[in-house]
Formats: sequence, C-alpha cells, structure tokens
Amino acid sequence: MNNTHPAIITAREVHKWYGNFHALKGINMEVSKGEVIVIFGPSGSGKSTFIRTINRLEEHQRGEILVDGIELTHDVRNIETVRTETGMVFQQFNLFPHLTVMQNITLAPIQVRNWKKQQAEETALQLLKRVGIPEQANKFPGQLSGGQQQRVAIARALAMQPKIMLFDEPTSALDPEMIKEVLDVMVELAKSGMTMIVVTHEMGFARAVANRMFFFDQGQIVESGSPEEIFKAPKEERTKLFLSQILSH
Amino acid sequence: MQNPETILPPITERSGILRWLRHNLFNTWSDAILTVVSASLIYWLVKSLLTWAITVAEWDVVVANLRLFMIGQFPLEQVGRLWVALAFLVFLTGNSLAIWDRKSYLAAILILGLPVFLIFLPFAPQTRIWLGVLAAAGILGWGLGYSAPQSIKRSVAIGWLIALPIFVLLTRGFTPAVEDVPSTALTIVPTNLWGGLLLTFLLTVVANIFSFPLGLLLALGRRSELPIIRWFSIGYIELVRGVPLITILFMAQLMLPLFVPGGIDIDRVLRAMVGMTLFSAAYLAENVRGGLQAIPKGQFEAAHALGLSGAKTMYFIILPQALRLIIPILVGQFISMFKDTALVAIVGLFDLLGIARTVLSQPEFIGLHREVYAFVSLFYWTLSYAMSYISQRLETSLGLGVR
Ligand SMILES: Nc1ncnc2c1ncn2[C@@H]1O[C@H](COP(=O)(O)OP(=O)(O)OP(=O)(O)O)[C@@H](O)[C@H]1O
Ligand SMILES: [Mg+2]
Repeated sequence: MNNTHPAIITAREVHKWYGNFHALKGINMEVSKGEVIVIFGPSGSGKSTFIRTINRLEEHQRGEILVDGIELTHDVRNIETVRTETGMVFQQFNLFPHLTVMQNITLAPIQVRNWKKQQAEETALQLLKRVGIPEQANKFPGQLSGGQQQRVAIARALAMQPKIMLFDEPTSALDPEMIKEVLDVMVELAKSGMTMIVVTHEMGFARAVANRMFFFDQGQIVESGSPEEIFKAPKEERTKLFLSQILSH
Repeated sequence: MQNPETILPPITERSGILRWLRHNLFNTWSDAILTVVSASLIYWLVKSLLTWAITVAEWDVVVANLRLFMIGQFPLEQVGRLWVALAFLVFLTGNSLAIWDRKSYLAAILILGLPVFLIFLPFAPQTRIWLGVLAAAGILGWGLGYSAPQSIKRSVAIGWLIALPIFVLLTRGFTPAVEDVPSTALTIVPTNLWGGLLLTFLLTVVANIFSFPLGLLLALGRRSELPIIRWFSIGYIELVRGVPLITILFMAQLMLPLFVPGGIDIDRVLRAMVGMTLFSAAYLAENVRGGLQAIPKGQFEAAHALGLSGAKTMYFIILPQALRLIIPILVGQFISMFKDTALVAIVGLFDLLGIARTVLSQPEFIGLHREVYAFVSLFYWTLSYAMSYISQRLETSLGLGVR
C-alpha cells in the first residue's frame, strides 16, 4: 500500500443488517488518494452493499466510515457533502429518461454546485468528448445504445468533479461488443489519477489498472492484495476456486 | 422463380369491405347469428329514437331556454363580458393548436370552425356577431401561433396561467351594483345569477386547478418520513375517498359556515367549489401516488448519488416523470369531475342540470322531461367526448404517457 498519501476512504469494522440478515460482517478498508480498488466475489457476497455504504445509499449500523475526513452519520449535510465529492456509476445506468444527455450531465452542477448554465454546458461538452460521444449531447437516453448510455452516466458523475468514483458492475448489463468502449473510458480515468472503487469481474481491467483487489464472500473480505498476488498466488481456497470459475469463462 | 409480387390473394380477400365483413362479422356461424341479432336490435333502437326525436319530441323547450342552459340568469346587458372571456380562451386554443399540434389541420378546422358553423344557425343578430368575434379570435390565434411558434410559446403558456383569473374576473365584474344607477360594463354579477354551462364549466375548472397542488402535497405527504404529516395525509385521503361527493357537497353547504368566524357569509357557489376541490384532491393524491410508485428506485439513487437533496430530487427527477406517466389518468379525472358537477343541482345550484330542473318547473314546459334530459345528456356527452378527443391528440403529439 502506498503510505505516502493519507487515506481518502476509511472503513472500520463496518456491519450492515437487512432485518435479521447480516450482509456486511466487519469490513475494514483504507483507500489512499489515487488508488484503484477492484472488488470481486460471488453473487450476494455484499459487494454492492459495501460500495453503496460509502455514499450512504445504504446505511451501516456499526463501525465507522470516513470519506475525505467526513464521517458518515445521520447528519444530512455530511451525507450530501460526501455525495457531491463521490461519483457513482450503476449497473443499470440510471440515466434520467426525461432529460437530454446534456441536461442529465448539467443538472447536478447547476443545482448542487450552483454553476452557471453556460459553464456547466461547456464542461459537459468536454466530458462528452472525453468519453467519446460529443455528438449525442441533445439526444435522450432512450435513443442511445447501452455502451453510450453508460458513458453518459460516467460523464454525469464526473461533471460534479468528484474526488472519488464508485462503479458497481458498470459493464454487466452491456452486450460484449460495448464492454470495451466503457472499460477504455475507465482505464483512461484510472490513469488520470482518479481514486476509484470498482466492483467488477472484468479481470483484464483489474490486471491493467488495479492497485489492490479485495475478494468478498458472505459479507466478509476473504483476501486482498495486488493483482500480482491475487492472480499468481491466492492464499485462500475460496479465492482460488472463485478465480478458476470466472477465468475459465 | 416466380416474382412473389404477382401472386394475388383470393378474390374474397381482396376487397377491403368484403374482407372486413367476413373477418369481423361473419367468421363463424355463431358470429353471423350474433351479427344479425345485434344489427336488428340496433336498427330497432335507432329507429324508435329517431322517430321520437323527429315526430313526437317538442324541441321548442330547448330552443326557448337555450340562453338559460348556457349562462343561467346572467343579466343580458352584461353578456358581452362572457363573450370576451370566451374569445380569449378560443384565441389561446388557436395558439396552442398551431404550436403544439401543427400537423393536424383537422382538429384546428373542427374546433375553430365550430363558431363559423354556428353563425349560420338562426340565432339572434347579437349572438351571431359575437360568434363572428369568436371565429376571428380563433383564426387570429391560430395564424399567430403558426407563423411564430417559438417566439410566442412563452406568452401562450402565461396566457393559459392567467386565463382562469381573467375568466372569473370578467364573469364576476368589479364595481358594486348601486340602485338607481345604470350598471356599467363591469358591474358585479352575484354568483346566484351564474348558471347553466357557465357554472358547470367554472366549477369543473376551479375544482380541478385547485385540487392539483393540494393533491400533490397530499401524495408527497403520504410518503413523508414525518409520522404526523404521513398520518394526516393518509387520514384525509381515506376519509374523503370513503364518502360520496354529494355528502361532501351537503356538508360544504351546511357545515362550512360553522368553521368560519361569524358574520362572514361564504358564497354558495364558493362553498360548492371548496367541496369539490377537497374531494378531487384526495383522488388526485392517489393517482399521483400511483405515478410515484411507478418510478424505479434507481432514479432516486442516481439523483441522491449526485448530491441532489430530497426536495430537488422530487422536483427535477421524480415528479416530472411521474406526472407525465399519469396525464391520461388526470384527464380522465378532469372529465369525470366535469360530469360530477351535476350533483350541485341537488344542493340547489343552477348548473346545467339545475337549470334543466328549473326549466321543467315552468308551467308552459311541464311534462317535457324527455326532451330536456335528452338534450342535457347529449350536451354532456359531446363536451366530454370532445375533451377526451383533444387530450388524446395532445398526448400523442407530445409523446406523453409513455416512458
Ligand atoms: N434491500 C435489501 N433487503 C434485504 N436484503 C438485501 C437487500 N439488498 C441486498 N440484500 C441481500 O444482501 C446480500 C448482499 O447483497 P449485494 O447486493 O450486496 O450482493 P452483491 O455482492 O452485490 O451481489 P451481485 O453480484 O449479485 O450484485 C444478498 O444476500 C442480498 O440478498
Ligand atoms: Mg451487486
């Protein structure tokens, strides 16, 4: 781990229950500025739940989470601050279907950051160029392909100029030929120094840009390490088994 | 290989009408029998009805009381105000048709042509002049909208916003009536003289417009995290929905005065408007709730993840989608409210139905129930159907009701 940078995300002994179901059983994780973290593991292991506690889409019941020095508690102002500093990209894109691509991207900067419309639109256009679809600005999400929609979703998150980007299986809902165009954008983002936490089973992506990988199973971190360590010499049986399953596909 | 285009279907399949008849009416033996039986039934019904309408019915009762049916006892010398108000609405309608439904000339011709058509009926000269004004306003509005749709869009929207206040103000007037002084162009006409279609129209529009914000608040209140607000909303909605409108109208007439400090007399028409608004709001709240529930959770999450507050998420993301989704339902509610206004006749107001009852109580028109109620029914039906047709057109041309 890179100890010269202070931690930008700290999770200590995070527990989460859905009713009686214990979904997160004491998660510990420190993420430094600029790090790219990949989380993987079987379905239902709590990957989404954990990544969603970081911007408080889910509430944790024990332990503490600090994002950029702000602790996530019931304080609504803290939560909104953390959310403006944290971008999130969902498996199902979740674009706003009644707004154009441009409006999707500029809404939050204008409403939350109080930017002027013109400034927001200029930034949005630059972001659309960065994700490779500047010509789609005035279309509605329903008129775009899945890969284009997900790239708009990334641009929308980036428009808030977040310090951290969270990705929850961003390519799982995409047809194979569109996965690459989204991964390319994410690789570029990782190389630009963005702090990223990515839930994904795209091991090629993990190999290329991840600093560390975390294997989740049954609400716990079973194993963590650099991609080198995880792919070449996994310590735990469960990690080995899971990797052999997904890599054989 | 043979060119597929040269193969024709069998003769019976070629002619449009024959094919349609065969497929839809005479496909099987039982179909054929049903067709013949229902055709005879319809023939017999229509024939009896027409025979009655043409040979027996005395339509004089409608012709003689047409003004009562339209505006009740509204003083004749003030009628010009109503025509002006109507002309403003027709003007806006022309504008809107040209801006938002450009391609459909048929709708424009039908709606704007109606006053032109009416001019040729044997109305009083005064009426015909005003009908001419209506036609001119409509055509002028349409032309304006057609030639500069983008630049006047905003003014038209504002026009609709102020249309109701203008209409009510013109109907009511400003200057108090003073005895022995001749009334001016804007002398106040008390609401007990408002009647007929005019009153029906005002009741419908006022109740619907004011119930909208109220219903919206109730729908949001029902989802509130504050228990008091939630319980109040649920309590209100369930209470009102469990009571017939007519009882609410009675209560508004009889009980509203109890809640108001003594001495202040609330207008009877206003009481009916309040009653209908409160009633309509509960149903509207449930419709809005349905729309809100149809919005996927991911929309809330995406908005929250961007840092939008709860209120901004509602305003910018959720409500626009939810309301768009339920516009057809809202139009349905509007139309059913239009018909429900007939209940105010029972609490003694002179709306379309109330006027029908007064007309029937005049000695010279006794026993003409069939004619009067047939006319009133036909009138309600025509207006309901017209509203439903226009809204469907607008829905398709605005792409509403689909996600
Ligand atoms: N809202 C909820 N209510 C109850 N249980 C839930 C809820 N959300 C998730 N769970 C449960 O919590 C566990 C962890 O879910 P989570 O979505 O975090 O898994 P995941 O690792 O992201 O799986 P996947 O790869 O399928 O997305 C699962 O067993 C799931 O059934
Ligand atoms: Mg998941």
